[in-house]
Amino acid sequence: MEGNIAEMGQFIGAGVAGLGAGLAALGVGNVAGNFLAGALRNPSAAAGQTATLFIGIAFAEALGIFSFLVALLLMFAV
Amino acid sequence: MESEETAGAVGRCVGPDGGAIGMPQLCFDWFPNQIFWLIVALGAIYLILTRVALPRIEAVIAERNGAITNDIAAAEELKLKAAEAERAYERALADARAEAQKIGAETRAEIDAEVATATEKAEAEIAARTAESQKRIGEIRDTAVQNVEAVAKDVAAEIVASLGSRADPAAVEKAVARHMTGDAP
Amino acid sequence: MADEATGGGFSIYPMDQFIVKPLFGGDVVHWYTPTNVTLWMALGVAGIALLMVAGSSARAVIPSRGQSMAELTYGFIHKMVEDVAGRDGLKYFPYIMTLFLFILFGNMLGLVPTAFTTTSHIAVTAVMALAVFVTVTAIGFVKNGKDFLSLFWVESAPLVLRPVLAVIELISYFVRPVSHSVRLAGAITAGHAVMKVFAGFAAAAAIAPLAIGGMVAIYALELLVAFIQAYVFTILTCVYLRDALHPHH
Repeated sequence: MEGNIAEMGQFIGAGVAGLGAGLAALGVGNVAGNFLAGALRNPSAAAGQTATLFIGIAFAEALGIFSFLVALLLMFAV
Repeated sequence: MESEETAGAVGRCVGPDGGAIGMPQLCFDWFPNQIFWLIVALGAIYLILTRVALPRIEAVIAERNGAITNDIAAAEELKLKAAEAERAYERALADARAEAQKIGAETRAEIDAEVATATEKAEAEIAARTAESQKRIGEIRDTAVQNVEAVAKDVAAEIVASLGSRADPAAVEKAVARHMTGDAP
Repeated sequence: MADEATGGGFSIYPMDQFIVKPLFGGDVVHWYTPTNVTLWMALGVAGIALLMVAGSSARAVIPSRGQSMAELTYGFIHKMVEDVAGRDGLKYFPYIMTLFLFILFGNMLGLVPTAFTTTSHIAVTAVMALAVFVTVTAIGFVKNGKDFLSLFWVESAPLVLRPVLAVIELISYFVRPVSHSVRLAGAITAGHAVMKVFAGFAAAAAIAPLAIGGMVAIYALELLVAFIQAYVFTILTCVYLRDALHPHH
């Protein structure tokens, strides 16, 4: 194994950034789970709120994708 | 993909082996090309949608909604008609029932009247016959009484004669009549 | 990158699938060069024409399967625009429909093996997001004038907090096109790169069944993501449009 320390830093950084994607998954799961809990309590109101659900998921997911992007940039672009 | 050197745009973004250098998404050399063709594609889609597809689908959906509305209105009308027909039927039924009841009552009254007259007639006949019978019975009794009187006169005269004296017919008659009325001593 | 990846014994080049190549040879990509971008965008346009024009050509009151699909797509976006942006947003329905269909077909056609995914490129999504951003901002100012700035002035907050909130709202407003475009390109790029990595692992016989099973699962997930990202891009466009039409919260 040869290589320089900057390269190692890139890979470590990419791995750490990858954590963000996993944490975003927690966020998305939280959004969907809370929606389901609310929907089960008041099913008649759930149908009108699916758009809101997707918007919430999209915002939570966007940050995960940002961290994934950081990982990609570290791997391929820096 | 890796060995297509002739097709690959070898330069800052693609290595000599055809592989990507860095992220192809961040290769600014390709941006004008992508943006140009994106605008062409979006324009084409927009034209297709606004010129052909959307008006057509809109028209079809409007037509269908119209048809559905018409059908619902027609169904509503038919339902009203059906309700009316039912009401008419009910009315006819009620009328018929009332008629039947009326006819029944009339017939009953008629029969009652007939029965009453028949009864009356029969009673009158019975009364007449009874009266006749009574009369005849009376006649018979009278005849019998007369016969008894005659016999009694004859017997009394004979008895008197057999006792040796001549009977005075007037006295005999008088005595018999006195006995017949029941006030003899 | 590629050189490091070969060190592990696998030849995994997850980024090579995103390379833009001229269709008819040559090395230089000019702005007018027909490239694989052109090809797959043209296929997308053809697919949209097939769905929306050929599908609805019968104009039947009782729809065929193709016409039902065209009408479902129409009704889906029409309802979304009406529900989210309001009745007065329906004026912009054709533009939103254009965006939705382009992204949906770009995503879906990108899932065909060996295909080029046009929507995975930030250049493409950024142009669309910026177009939405600029248009929506212009609509906001044209329709509401200075009133549009009340979007950043949160009336329901305490007076002390309002300037702070205004700064935050302003920043979040200008971050919109970034997140709008990066979300789409990032999600699609991520999915395709992951599939490529799994495909690379399939080269080793020991883990090939696992890798292929994983690929099948990821592919199914990507089908879902392809639709959801198109939906999300469209619905966020509607949300931005609503903010422009009715800036008061």
